[in-house]
Amino acid sequence: MNTVGLLKKGARDLAWFIKGVMGEDAYDKYRAHHESRHACDAGETPPVMTEREFWRDQTDRQDTNPQGRCC
Amino acid sequence: MGATPRTPNDSMGEAGVLDRDPALLPVALDQTTHDAEEAHWTPAKVAIWGGISLLGGLSWVMLAVVRGETVNAIWFVFAAVCTYLIGYRFYSNYIQKHLLKPDDRRATPAEYKADGKDYAATDRRVLFGHHFAAIAGAGPLVGPVLAAQMGYLPGTIWIIVGVVLAGAVQDYLVLFFSMRRGGRSLGQMARDELGKVGGTAALVATMAIMVIIVAILALVVVNALAASPWGVFSVSMTIPIALFMGCYLRFFRPGKVSEISIIGFVLLLAAIIGGGMISSTEWGAAFFHVDPVPLAIGIIVYGFVAAILPVWLLLAPRDYLSTFMKIGTIGMLAIAIIVVRPEISVPAFSEFTANGGPVVSGSLFPFLFVTIACGALSGFHALIASGTTPKLIEKERQTRFIGYGGMLMESFVAIMALVAALSIDRGIYFAMNSSPALTGGTVEGAVAFVNSLGLTGVNLTPDMLTQTAKDVGEATIVSRTGGAPTLSVGLAHIMQQVAGGSGMMAFWYHFAIMFEALFILTAVDAGTRVARFMLQDSLGNVFPKFKNTSWRAGAWLTTGIMVLAWGAVLMMGVTDPLGGINTLFPLFGIANQLLAAIALAVCMAIVAKRGMFKYLWIVAMPLAFAAVVTISASFLKIFSTIPAVGYFAQNRAFSEALAAGETSFGTAKSVAAMEAVVRNTMVQGVLSILFVVLAIIVMVSAIQATWHSWKSRDFGTSEDPAVPSQMFAPSGFLPTAAEKELGASWDAQARLEKSARSAKSNRS
Repeated sequence: MNTVGLLKKGARDLAWFIKGVMGEDAYDKYRAHHESRHACDAGETPPVMTEREFWRDQTDRQDTNPQGRCC
Repeated sequence: MGATPRTPNDSMGEAGVLDRDPALLPVALDQTTHDAEEAHWTPAKVAIWGGISLLGGLSWVMLAVVRGETVNAIWFVFAAVCTYLIGYRFYSNYIQKHLLKPDDRRATPAEYKADGKDYAATDRRVLFGHHFAAIAGAGPLVGPVLAAQMGYLPGTIWIIVGVVLAGAVQDYLVLFFSMRRGGRSLGQMARDELGKVGGTAALVATMAIMVIIVAILALVVVNALAASPWGVFSVSMTIPIALFMGCYLRFFRPGKVSEISIIGFVLLLAAIIGGGMISSTEWGAAFFHVDPVPLAIGIIVYGFVAAILPVWLLLAPRDYLSTFMKIGTIGMLAIAIIVVRPEISVPAFSEFTANGGPVVSGSLFPFLFVTIACGALSGFHALIASGTTPKLIEKERQTRFIGYGGMLMESFVAIMALVAALSIDRGIYFAMNSSPALTGGTVEGAVAFVNSLGLTGVNLTPDMLTQTAKDVGEATIVSRTGGAPTLSVGLAHIMQQVAGGSGMMAFWYHFAIMFEALFILTAVDAGTRVARFMLQDSLGNVFPKFKNTSWRAGAWLTTGIMVLAWGAVLMMGVTDPLGGINTLFPLFGIANQLLAAIALAVCMAIVAKRGMFKYLWIVAMPLAFAAVVTISASFLKIFSTIPAVGYFAQNRAFSEALAAGETSFGTAKSVAAMEAVVRNTMVQGVLSILFVVLAIIVMVSAIQATWHSWKSRDFGTSEDPAVPSQMFAPSGFLPTAAEKELGASWDAQARLEKSARSAKSNRS
């Protein structure tokens, strides 16, 4: 790989890491989980939340299940 | 591979359950493969570890033995990093091998309870970042600054050795045990292991400790912002910025977290720069100049409102912002310290090790160990390690990297904070950190006081104080106690040498203040919410209606009670005629260490229940140390006859003075101030008694449980039943050769399945 390729890969990895730490990939993870769970059993698949619904649901769940931050 | 039982103690009965069809790809490497990789010492490996040991040893010699006129900060960095690497590679490996015996054939909660939301397998490197952002806060930044009073060596040794043998062990164990129990919380584990009395005491202690910690963090913010128009403006701007971010994410572009965090960060920088302009105008300086008491009331009101607003509006966006700032600033500071390598002229042991000084009262033992809690041993982490993290972990063996490794990172933050505090002039350090009761709050008073301390090599001039205040854009730096302003001056001092020169010092100072205030305010909001749920849960046992957490009136009432509780402690600190932070900070450290003792006590009972007495010392050693430190510190605070140390001795001294009809005593210049001291010391003394009694109950219950396991040989476990895993992932930051090989097979299989799936869907 040349330098440009390496730099590109580095930037991509960094973006992946930052998105992961910030929690931006939460919806993708939820989608992936939903698809793998319900890939086989056709018919009974519960509806998958849209992106907007998912993020609303996520913060609303934090309302009823707060997590402490450390000192 | 993976078929033989690898962990005789706990997987024997489950060996059948965990057996995997040999035709399938294995989900774990055999323990013998791990052992063989470890035992295989290639010349390169020998050279690397030899080099790390030599460099670490040399650094410790430079710090502890050579102790020249000045010592370069780089030795702190090397001593810390090399010791961490050795502790991680050898000690945490020893714990893994003999005590915890993780079994990667078992599915973690993230796999067997997977719901794609709360339980979701997360890449170990990402989870490391998550976990670190959740555990690192203002604690490791403030404690070391105050402990710098004792010289550089005591704090350095405690932070580095303490984390390897105690703090990181606690985090690792709690994370592992919680993961084996489906992500159960520390409180639930205490009830399971210690029975009703011990469990209830642990719960009450946790709630009380939460209140104290929130109050003292808020006090740090008040001390940093009082009479600082620039700071008040820029920090209060974080509220509208967060509200804007919350609405953006809710209504405009949901899920675009990095994008809005960058926008928020730019707005924050604008708020800092704008704060400088506004505070230099006459009306701005007057309008944003807020005294400590109104500022404390403001924070109390803010705390209540923030805790009842929906999470999406304020807490979630500020959380994103504070994660962003935290990781960015800490990384920046690490690079800056390595680039600048400041010379440190503070002595290894100062004049104040034996009897305490103006910043921290009391002798080195035990007060060093309660002044620096976070960074060496922090009980609060047990709440995080038994919260979100165990529900996200992919494989059991990763608990070592995330639990133990994450805490090493926090310890490094504490070392950097110590270096930043040590790098400023000692005279300035004492002028900033001595209470206004001692300095009178004036430049002349501070100069007279600091020079009267008789510190070798310290010759403070009024000019130094006014010039530094001017450089950082503040009216005064005298008696800016609480640690945050000192750290900010240190950080500004280091950063201006990298970027901007002395003209940028004011910017860097307020950047650092903003950085600390941001996550303290997040911790205040989140802590109030968690405490409110705990209170509702407890009240619900008597009045069932409180169990319903969506009952609005109940939520407001319990939030109000918790806010009043920490608000009262905060007001006490703000109005304390003795200075506030130096009387209250020991309570913070003691509370945090007592929580650590509770967490370690629960771990000890679990280890005993598994029948692993041979390795019980791994838990018993830090537990015994934490118990001795906190109990002796508490007893000194309760029983000491020296007024500066004992709360009740102080109380008596002031009561007697009042009874004798005196109108001024010590640093209290009026009858009202003397009455305030009497009141405050009584409250602080009672809180000390409460904490130590609760912690002793928990520790006694744990010793009883351990003794019961030893006597009855009635071993068992409260773990969730083993479920076989269906996935593979490496355990450490970098995969080993064998892990890489197995990982490649899994990747190849995933690609095959994917192409098979797409071929199938193309046909249909």
